[in-house]
Amino acid sequence: MVFKLTSSVKALNQTANKMRIDIIRMVCAAGSGHTAGSLGMADVFAALYFGIAKHDPKNPRWDGRDRIILSNGHICPVLYAALAECGYFQKEKLITLRKLGSPLQGHPHLGALPGIESSSGPLGQGLSQACGIALALKMDKKDNLVFCLTSDGEHQEGQTWEAAMFASKFKLANVVQIMDRNNIQIDGKTEDIMPLEPLRKKYEAFGWDVIEVEGNNMQKVYDALLHASKKAREKPNSKPIIIIANTIAGKGILSIEGDYKWHGIAPKAEEAKKMIEELELANKDCKTWVHAKKK
Amino acid sequence: MQDLGACEEKIGVNMPEFVLNAEMKLAPDVFADSLKKSPTRDGWGKALLELGRENEKIVALTADLSGSVRTEWFEKEFPNRFFNCGVAEQNMASVAAGLALEGKVVFFSSFAVFSPGRNWDQIRVNIAYNNLNVKFSGAHAGITTGPDGATHEALEDIAIMRVLPNVKVLVPADSVEAGKAAKAATRMPGPVYIRLGREKIPEFTSANTPFEIGKINVLKNGADVAIIACGIEVFQSLIAAKKLAEKGIDAAVLNCHTIKPIDVKTICAYAKKCGAVVVAQEHQINGGLASAVCESLCENNCVVPLVRIGMQDKFGESGEGMQLLAHYKMDANAIVDACKKVIEKKK
Repeated sequence: MVFKLTSSVKALNQTANKMRIDIIRMVCAAGSGHTAGSLGMADVFAALYFGIAKHDPKNPRWDGRDRIILSNGHICPVLYAALAECGYFQKEKLITLRKLGSPLQGHPHLGALPGIESSSGPLGQGLSQACGIALALKMDKKDNLVFCLTSDGEHQEGQTWEAAMFASKFKLANVVQIMDRNNIQIDGKTEDIMPLEPLRKKYEAFGWDVIEVEGNNMQKVYDALLHASKKAREKPNSKPIIIIANTIAGKGILSIEGDYKWHGIAPKAEEAKKMIEELELANKDCKTWVHAKKK
Repeated sequence: MQDLGACEEKIGVNMPEFVLNAEMKLAPDVFADSLKKSPTRDGWGKALLELGRENEKIVALTADLSGSVRTEWFEKEFPNRFFNCGVAEQNMASVAAGLALEGKVVFFSSFAVFSPGRNWDQIRVNIAYNNLNVKFSGAHAGITTGPDGATHEALEDIAIMRVLPNVKVLVPADSVEAGKAAKAATRMPGPVYIRLGREKIPEFTSANTPFEIGKINVLKNGADVAIIACGIEVFQSLIAAKKLAEKGIDAAVLNCHTIKPIDVKTICAYAKKCGAVVVAQEHQINGGLASAVCESLCENNCVVPLVRIGMQDKFGESGEGMQLLAHYKMDANAIVDACKKVIEKKK
């Protein structure tokens, strides 16, 4: 049976928050992993898996599913949390992240877990794969969509722009890219390390439709994804779509929000305990992340 | 002229005849001037077209070299299953992976220096790690790429491909075999790299010559030295064996068209039988077929005197293909010299 989706922003917010708690538990147990990006994208993942994408956790290879490609594989804790929350596998497995023999590899591996569409990790390769998938679907006259999640930092890889050209040339209107624009990368702020702006103009120049959204405002994220997916299914023009999701790295934990130092590290047990308390409190209050104070 | 040493003694006493292995069903006279000459990329391109007619899941990609790498024949007949990626080999490899994830059988080709040279990481992660059904070729491999010079002479591709898990590596010896390699690769699930060349080679194998991935073709039996070769070096080895026979040396010629999985059994059997090995490859001496042969011999207690023919840890330069092959001591004469040298070492 196809996974039942919701349009309830309250429910999606709660789900995102539950996923955040799982992310903290996972990376803390692993002792390493990418905390900030995973937390920042929890809202987008919740909206996509629970509100927008056609998929079936009981039949992960269902032909009618939309393909979800995670290009920046290092934020896989959020992918694993979403898949577990949907029921692709048992939640108990989450704490095996990055351990020997675990299907939850440090970066996603195709075939290790149901629901993973491709292996990823080395940056800049996901959009090209999404294009290949989209091209095959188009050749076979299938109307499934390909959602490709990318990071802002990986737009420093030339291959991302090769793929942007390719999608435009072959009119891959079935591609919806969602860029995690959190402005940070391992060594600092993206605009200090290697400036990316103006991203909207760049994508427009490459022949894409561009939507910008507050990436941690669930209502806006849901609406943007709904709008983009409708457009992609109806194909009023032949352009691929990118949603630039302006997110806050580490979203949900006030003390780490927007701090690039949390890009690639995991909280220690004591820190994790406090983080989970903060998230549990937020869920109790059903606080939407829109109101959380920006650091 | 080198001293033939002990081999001179054989002359006039028990001259070995130059007899090819009939089971290999090679051309009636492999050295005949009348044999058609064609580059291996032609055989691959024709096979791709034929495969396209048989299997509609086959799609092909190139990166702005459709004419040179011979995907253009497929392109003309199947424009809807052909995608020119422009000068973007990294994207091409990852797009190929995406197509394969959806069940397509994907062929892509460019010059070997660019693919698998430039897109090694994409091949590693997207194709090899995912173990996808992608059959990719590096055309214009080797020193015989010629006038374009060192930048375009891929002499490292076998090394960088055979090291990748899940990837099979094929190096056909002539155009006919290149067609068989493309077809065998299609039947074999998973990623396969096929190395192709620009230089025209006589079509010395026939439609009936066997071709099985992972199985060496013993083109000529021999007792004094085993020449293990791949690609353009196979024909050079046959010429060398003929020359050696005239000097009383009985050389075996093994066409090792599959570098991975390597045919350990046949390699060891011939090392034991002949007691000396020459490995001939149009590749850097490090990391290619010679390394694969050395690994096989060392691990199986078959260590015998061995000489590696190949690029001696240098970059090439411009010149005509066959001229360069001779200049860098990878031609038949160099193989003859290497055989004499290795036989000397047996003593």
